[in-house]
Amino acid sequence: MSAIEAHGVFKIFGRRPERGVRALQEGRDREELRARGLTPAVIDATFSVDPGEIFVVMGLSGSGKSTLIRTVNRLLDPTAGSVVIGGTDISSLDGAALRQVRREKVSMVFQHFALLPHRTVGENAAYGLEVQGVNRSDREARAEEALGMVGLDGWGASLPSELSGGMRQRVGLARALAAGTDIMLMDEAFSALDPLIRREMQDQLIDLQQRLDKTILFITHDLNEAMRLGDHIAMMRDGRIEQIGTAEEILNNPVNNYVAEFVQDVDRTRVLTAANIMEQPVALLGSGAGPRAAQKLMREHQLNWLLVVNRDRTVEGLLWSHGVASAVHDGQDALPLYRDGLRFTSPDTTLNDLFAEAASSPAPLIVRDDAGRLLGVIPDVTLLAAMGNGQPGGNGETPGVSPHDIQTPIDGSTAEVV
Amino acid sequence: MEDQESTVIPSIQVGDWVESGVDWLTGNFREIFRTFSDVLETLINGLIDALLFVPPDLMIVVLVLLGLILRSWQFAVGSALGLSAVVAMGMWEAAMQTLGIVVFATVVAVLIAVPIGVLAARNRVVSNIVQPVLDFMQTMPAFVYLVPAVILFGIGFVPGLLSTIVFALPPGVRLTELGIRQVDAETVEAGQAFGATPRQILRGIQLPLATPTIMAGVNQVIMLALSMAVIAGMAGADGLGKLIVESIARLDVGLGAEAGLSVVVLAIYLDRLTASIGGSGSDKSLGALIRRSRGRSVAQRVTTGI
Ligand SMILES: Nc1ncnc2c1ncn2[C@@H]1O[C@H](COP(=O)(O)OP(=O)(O)O)[C@@H](O)[C@H]1O
Ligand SMILES: [Mg+2]
Repeated sequence: MSAIEAHGVFKIFGRRPERGVRALQEGRDREELRARGLTPAVIDATFSVDPGEIFVVMGLSGSGKSTLIRTVNRLLDPTAGSVVIGGTDISSLDGAALRQVRREKVSMVFQHFALLPHRTVGENAAYGLEVQGVNRSDREARAEEALGMVGLDGWGASLPSELSGGMRQRVGLARALAAGTDIMLMDEAFSALDPLIRREMQDQLIDLQQRLDKTILFITHDLNEAMRLGDHIAMMRDGRIEQIGTAEEILNNPVNNYVAEFVQDVDRTRVLTAANIMEQPVALLGSGAGPRAAQKLMREHQLNWLLVVNRDRTVEGLLWSHGVASAVHDGQDALPLYRDGLRFTSPDTTLNDLFAEAASSPAPLIVRDDAGRLLGVIPDVTLLAAMGNGQPGGNGETPGVSPHDIQTPIDGSTAEVV
Repeated sequence: MEDQESTVIPSIQVGDWVESGVDWLTGNFREIFRTFSDVLETLINGLIDALLFVPPDLMIVVLVLLGLILRSWQFAVGSALGLSAVVAMGMWEAAMQTLGIVVFATVVAVLIAVPIGVLAARNRVVSNIVQPVLDFMQTMPAFVYLVPAVILFGIGFVPGLLSTIVFALPPGVRLTELGIRQVDAETVEAGQAFGATPRQILRGIQLPLATPTIMAGVNQVIMLALSMAVIAGMAGADGLGKLIVESIARLDVGLGAEAGLSVVVLAIYLDRLTASIGGSGSDKSLGALIRRSRGRSVAQRVTTGI
């Protein structure tokens, strides 16, 4: 089930806005409505946000992003359409039931922080809990915990006016976290911050999101921010959602000229990451196998090199075909592992940073997670291709590779070769 | 009246209507007005008696301490001198009577003005109705309703008190409405987004953030009340106003000067004191110092959970 599902949402400002919905459905355009004193801010928006993802709505100023996000918690009532949150259609809720949803399910972070200047940082962070009627000692404890999560331990007694912009927004974030809702709405939450701080906040948000498994609807007018944060991105223009997709989908397959022009200036090398361009190795060898098994596998797939992995997917080393051939020739039992020159990287390293790693070596760059488990490989040709035209080499098109094939050597057939 | 001849507009007898209206009221509701008047008279006399029960020296110490806590030592010194001068001129009793009317009228005016201001801030229709009524109250020359008030309530404190309330009320309403409307929209949205009820938003967000503006309104209410309390002397309310009216009648320049100076002392004292309650005020006050240190410790408790 989706965390948030919006279906055919319209929001039109002006008198008797319903007539605007009808007019738009009959195919009239925005300008005609404006002439009649109506402002269509959101037009027929349909999207769904999966639990635990960051869904970014991206568009220029005035494209209707703030209006759209406010229909999700009904700070604004949609003129038409429905919004379903965790299975509850909120369009029909009365005041008390709606407040209940806002207290328990959806919290919000604001562009200009919207902190209460007469309350301390700790009291601000505890605001949602206070509204919920949580007793003092519990809410103080939870507010303090939330402040710790955003790196503001010990600031609880200060007033917001004593904090820098970045720190104030951390308080805003802590207030939303302390409320304990699964869904967080963030309206241009980082737009008022300067670029360095913004970058830091983005990293922190990704980190928090992964740790706490929040569902985040994030609004921004900054494409780079959208690409960095978004699991899915909705591109909005003049009140309409033009395209919804992953960063790569939008970069590589824009649905129309508007989106294409919008993304053409994006620095792909800063947006795309190792995870986007890595490939799955054609075959893997279990670390218990001998040179003969290796030779068989490499002949079968016509490989020049082969990775050797342990049962937990950590990389043991790499085999060169010539090394394996001479080991077989000499009748050795141990694998002639190549280890020292191997290059590793993490999945969220940007292409820009990967280029520094590029070397004229036939051995691929190995992508592994924090625990050291193999995620994929990036041969230098792929990296160079990505560098050349910005097109990712991976993309699941590499001949002869499907995710299924790759699983096999590790989970099943490695055992066979061992 | 000759001009009337050359116009096509028929003449209307507003004056007659009001007169017969007041006559009708006094004729039919005399008892009610008298009872109301007696109750108010008792209350205001109680307040004034309380103010006068305290020996002047002690009262001055209290007022000066208030000035020290809420504003600054310079202000405290100034008020000590000014208030002593009032006593020295023999104006203390009259000054306390005037202060009594001002305090009473201000409390009543604020109690009426703030809720109306809140309603007007939340509701356009209320606002549109309230605005012209306030304009009427503020621009109608005070003497005009002082007279019917005397007819209805009789000579004494009450007509002066009521005219003072009517005259002083408008800035309280206006600045309350303005203060609440001025509260940052995003901050109010934050309250809504976390599921606060309209009441929680009013008490926890709108009123606190509007406080400096509301206090500016209260300050104006007090100043208007003071100026009106002087005029109320004409309706027979004891106090500095009555002395001034007497001094004019008797061409007693000395008495007028003494009473006038006492009004000035009261005015400056009340103005500066309430301006500093307004929040922004100065940081030199003892109160600000105490607030800061207490704010810390409360906040400390919040975060440390002790
Ligand atoms: N309360 C409102 N009344 C009338 N028009 C509004 C209101 N809020 C927003 N709009 C209009 O709706 C459009 C979208 O605004 P908004 O959602 O704030 O865009 P964004 O957040 O993308 O900058 C704009 O044309 C704006 O002028
Ligand atoms: Mg916006």
